[in-house]
Amino acid sequence: MKFRHLVGAAAAALFAVVSVSGAAQAGATLDAIKKKGFIQCGVNTGLAGFSVADSQGVWTGLDVDICKAVAAAVFGDANAVKYTPTNAQQRFTALTSGEVDILSRNTTWTLTRDASLGMMFTGVTYYDGQGFMVPKSAKIKSAKELKGATVCVQTGTTTELNLADFARANKLNIKPVVFESLEESKVAFFGGRCKAYTTDASGLASIRAKDAPNPDDYIILPELISKEPLGPAVRRDDVEWFTLVKWVLYALGEAEESGITSANVNEMKSSADPNIQRLLGVSGDMGQKLGIDNAWAFNAIKQVGNYGEIFERNVGQKTPLRLARGLNATWKNGGLMYAMPVR
Amino acid sequence: MADQDRAIHVPPRPSPWNDPKIRAIIYQIVLIAGVVALGVFLVSNTLTNLEQRQIRTGYGFLDQEAGFFIGETLISYDAASSYGRAFLVGLLNTLKVSVIGVVLATILGTIIGIARLSQNWIVARLASAYVETLRNIPLLLQLFFWYAALTNLLPASDHAAEFGLNIFLSKEGLRYPWPVVEDAHIWALIALPFGIAGAVAFSRWARARQMKTGRQMPLLWPSLVIIVGVPLIVWLMGGAPSQFEIPEKTKFGHDGGAAVTPEFLALVLGLVTYTASFIAEIVRAGILAVSWGQSEAAAALGLRRGPTLRLVVLPQALRVIVPPMTSQFLNLTKNSSLAVAIGYPDLVSVANTTLNQTGQAIECISLIMAVYLTVSLSIAGAMNWYNRRIALVER
Repeated sequence: MKFRHLVGAAAAALFAVVSVSGAAQAGATLDAIKKKGFIQCGVNTGLAGFSVADSQGVWTGLDVDICKAVAAAVFGDANAVKYTPTNAQQRFTALTSGEVDILSRNTTWTLTRDASLGMMFTGVTYYDGQGFMVPKSAKIKSAKELKGATVCVQTGTTTELNLADFARANKLNIKPVVFESLEESKVAFFGGRCKAYTTDASGLASIRAKDAPNPDDYIILPELISKEPLGPAVRRDDVEWFTLVKWVLYALGEAEESGITSANVNEMKSSADPNIQRLLGVSGDMGQKLGIDNAWAFNAIKQVGNYGEIFERNVGQKTPLRLARGLNATWKNGGLMYAMPVR
Repeated sequence: MADQDRAIHVPPRPSPWNDPKIRAIIYQIVLIAGVVALGVFLVSNTLTNLEQRQIRTGYGFLDQEAGFFIGETLISYDAASSYGRAFLVGLLNTLKVSVIGVVLATILGTIIGIARLSQNWIVARLASAYVETLRNIPLLLQLFFWYAALTNLLPASDHAAEFGLNIFLSKEGLRYPWPVVEDAHIWALIALPFGIAGAVAFSRWARARQMKTGRQMPLLWPSLVIIVGVPLIVWLMGGAPSQFEIPEKTKFGHDGGAAVTPEFLALVLGLVTYTASFIAEIVRAGILAVSWGQSEAAAALGLRRGPTLRLVVLPQALRVIVPPMTSQFLNLTKNSSLAVAIGYPDLVSVANTTLNQTGQAIECISLIMAVYLTVSLSIAGAMNWYNRRIALVER
């Protein structure tokens, strides 16, 4: 009996050594990705328009397309991605422990996350803000009318903090009901437990389009009570990988600014514009500087499309979410999307 | 003779390596060393890894401002309070559900357990059906069921059902008048333990008197009068303040007074009905463990049914009931952490929010574990003490 204990303890110790030494491996993320042949991408468990799996298990959405673009840039194949659905609490651990290579999961870029969680944000893929959704029948026109109201919230987000900040600033005495899962919080809100539901405005549009018994019975209030710049994040210990992901995002923006789309990218290769030539790898060695193929941006644009195409395909006016470009238009069209020059 | 025999049969001392006693000690030492080494290895490895990944560690965050609201609190709390206080609020909410749940589950479980032994065919079958249904459906599903039922069936918060006496029931929960707290209330609360002590003293005196004279005293009613009466007198001496805070209609429902939220109701309902099905079986087993001959013997001595149950059957049944009951109480307390699924702000829910805002997963999880361990060990300790008290005293 005692001997069996001993063997058990030894086995446990051995297992711990093996598993820890596996986790401690970090270093060149790109090398590891090239070796295994795909990118492991952390996404949302299900948020229409951003990351959602269909009945065949095929993932689509704006966040998903970012991972696909990176895969196209690295491998020339947008489908060299495996997805890990993560909930709000798992997501950072999944990234920092090495389980995923990119966290592309409608995650807000904040100082605390950037500075103290072992991760870095590579850019902004969607400028969002926290809003409120209420039933039309409640005849509420502004979030400031929510005095004493019960508000449904999903935990594991900056949402609770923003809600409290907004209520404190406006003396609203809001009563939150906090749920762990998105599903239960939706059930409670549409069941009438809360007067309002709060999350990022894009999330509200997504939930209204997908889960409301009748989407027209609910309105999203005009106030945005916070800034929610959503973007992909990578581990802090690998600056090369960070740079690569960052520049794939810029390439998608640059393509939209220069009018390069998935449809015309082949013709654009013969463009006389040196900027376009450099971006598409016709001249220069931009891809090599990032440690990948020179056709990196060409592949990403050809297979996934430029940022504008990704936006319109997943969340734009022709989708159930019906989101306007707003802040997410290019800077030339009055938005905030500004790609750093590829040169 | 015997001494001589033993002297002859004493075997020669084996070498230390073959001595089973010494070997056993060596095994123990090696095992402990292994466990300690494993612990040190894991902790230091975690710390190094966290440091390598530049993740903050330590419990310093507990003093920082929490910044989030909590839906229901037993102590004063607002968003400017610290994370530490938020944890305390969550802990008290957990304890509130556990204490109420344990009391109600014990009562309901005992009733159903006795009902299952009833001579009445329908009552016994109904009790069996209850036990078999409730204990075979996962608790989480039952909680979802109760919560969905409550949020969908109750009237909308701006059309609350009124039961008179200013009691309102709606999707916001049950809201009822509550006395405006004044000093007299607090003094009455302080007097309550004295009332209980008085009742205990009275029952001791009555027992001693019965031993001496053989005359019985009624126990239940005088005890209740003492327990309730002492705080009542204190309250009356304090001027009998009886002002109530009455729920007022607001734009979205009612405010003021006291309230029970649907989340709390659903959680208590789910925990109580689920745990009661297990307790019912324990009670039934306990009663069946006392042989029928005991009751017959009591009847032969001329004891009526009540005293037979109270003085003969129950004391023996409790010996069988209490140990498994302890684990049911522990289960109920630990199961209350499922509250997070239906929006009740218990310890786990608050810790989840804290974890997400600070990103300090290991610290938050370790706090949750430490709290549940402490609570569980306290319950187990109290029940073991009670178990020793009621254990059969062998003479």
